[in-house]
Amino acid sequence: MTENSLDTAGRRAAVDKASGEGAAAPTLASEGAPGAVDDAHSSRVASPPPGGRPPRPTLGRRAAALADSLWRPALVLVAFFVAWWFVAAREYVPNYLVPTPGQVWTTMTNQWSELARHTMVTLYETVLGFVLAAALGLATAVAIAYSRTLDKALYPIVLFAQVIPKIAIAPLLVVWFGLGLTPKIILAVLIAFFPVVISGVAGLRSTDPELLDLSATMGAGPWRTFRKIRFPNALPHLMAGLKVAVTLAVVGAVVGEFVGASEGLGYVLLLANGNLDSALLFADLILMSAIGIVLFVLVEIAEALLIPWHASRRVGVSLTTS
Amino acid sequence: MSTAPAATGTAIGMSGVTVRFTTRRSQTTALDDVSLDIEPGEFVTIVGPSGCGKSTLLKIVAGLVTPTSGEVSLLRRPVRGPQKEIGFVFQKAALLEWRGARANILLQAEMRGMDRARAARRADELIEMTGLTGFEKALPHELSGGMQQRVALCRALLHAPPVLLMDEPFGALDALTREQMNAELHRIWRETGTTVVLVTHSIAEAVFLGTRVVVMSPRPGRIIRTFPVELPAHRDYAQVMSDPRFDRLATELRGLLGSAAANH
Repeated sequence: MTENSLDTAGRRAAVDKASGEGAAAPTLASEGAPGAVDDAHSSRVASPPPGGRPPRPTLGRRAAALADSLWRPALVLVAFFVAWWFVAAREYVPNYLVPTPGQVWTTMTNQWSELARHTMVTLYETVLGFVLAAALGLATAVAIAYSRTLDKALYPIVLFAQVIPKIAIAPLLVVWFGLGLTPKIILAVLIAFFPVVISGVAGLRSTDPELLDLSATMGAGPWRTFRKIRFPNALPHLMAGLKVAVTLAVVGAVVGEFVGASEGLGYVLLLANGNLDSALLFADLILMSAIGIVLFVLVEIAEALLIPWHASRRVGVSLTTS
Repeated sequence: MSTAPAATGTAIGMSGVTVRFTTRRSQTTALDDVSLDIEPGEFVTIVGPSGCGKSTLLKIVAGLVTPTSGEVSLLRRPVRGPQKEIGFVFQKAALLEWRGARANILLQAEMRGMDRARAARRADELIEMTGLTGFEKALPHELSGGMQQRVALCRALLHAPPVLLMDEPFGALDALTREQMNAELHRIWRETGTTVVLVTHSIAEAVFLGTRVVVMSPRPGRIIRTFPVELPAHRDYAQVMSDPRFDRLATELRGLLGSAAANH
């Protein structure tokens, strides 16, 4: 067994090195400890182990790990940027189709106050849509996971509803709810709802049946079992669903704005398109993507705080592997 | 199921317990007319081939499975629904991945709504007793299999249950760790006086730990024979292994299990 745990520690150390973490040594020492104490235990010597658990990575090391995971995609991005600049500046493609990065930058700075206002509108719709989708999705998932009747009644409908192209509902929503924020938020909710339900149901159903047996012999009611066992156990699945949902919520909000709006990045995009203002169009696209990225990272951070124990989060901090 | 077999003094009573599982295609009899009475403070080990319904037997005592027919009582009360007066240990440690060792042990207290301070003191005693000191905060994936099973054992003992049910608790451990765990469980049993029912595949484990060994047949599970273990109450692993009485009983059990499997 000692051999076994040392082996694991060795592999872990190798991974740490590969990801640029220099802190393999303390991890290895304390990882080896359980086996060692296990064997020494028969003599009932209460020798204190060197350390109960591997130390949590420090902030500096986390930053190093983050930098390590980011430099490759950053390099690709820079290469793409240079290629774009080259093609646009040499006018291999006319500027009214592809503007230079400089033109996009100028547009963005010149019209910043306007663009910022529209960004805030879209951000507001997205966040509200996402939060509502998360709450409704989780509630539906709980209902489906706990009740056989509701499972049979709701699950097929949820699946069927996903087949309806929700973008096609957008015009109807505008007719019903007008040109305000409501139809955009509803559309964001409709699109982001599905991944939350699916991941929530999968997570809640993945509880080890032995844990449920155990909980029954502990005399715990359904609420305690949910709070202490089933919900935390579902979190890794649920967080994965929420990450998908948050990016979809942006799509919902923007599409809602396409159909009928007087503000928001979707509205600006249509305007720029009509005026063949490609610089504004590019600036707008960059802002939309920024919303998606920022929200995605926020959910990532929430995940890191909520489930640091999960296997997917154990080695380093990485945005690219999750 | 209407009346309890009210034999005084029995910790666990089973009479004529039969369990049939009906699937879409077929009906299997997991247990067939099993009767067994267990006195308080006994350590009963159950051996038998895979799929003989040993685990089902434990679940019936725990009230997690309702028998098709027959009567079951725990502490002289009829078993209906999940029982709270027990501690249960599974083959897998079944720990909560997100909790440290101590917090995993204290789950028992939280689920039962036990007094916090008392539960915490008791948890610390158990941690000390099972050699988990220094690993209170370690998450399950940071612990070896033996350590995880110790945590599961502490969790099952936290509320000082009069009856401890163990379903192949050391089946997934390597031989050396298993011997250590056997020796420790024996000591814990002596110190606490808990009634223990332990299901195992290992004849050595069954004889070393048990005050009585129950041998079961392949499906449908029946009790073939029950052997009292004539070894001292206070057992040392090495001594027991070289005791001729251990050898005799182990050989007999091996023969019985072999012929039971061959006849099937």
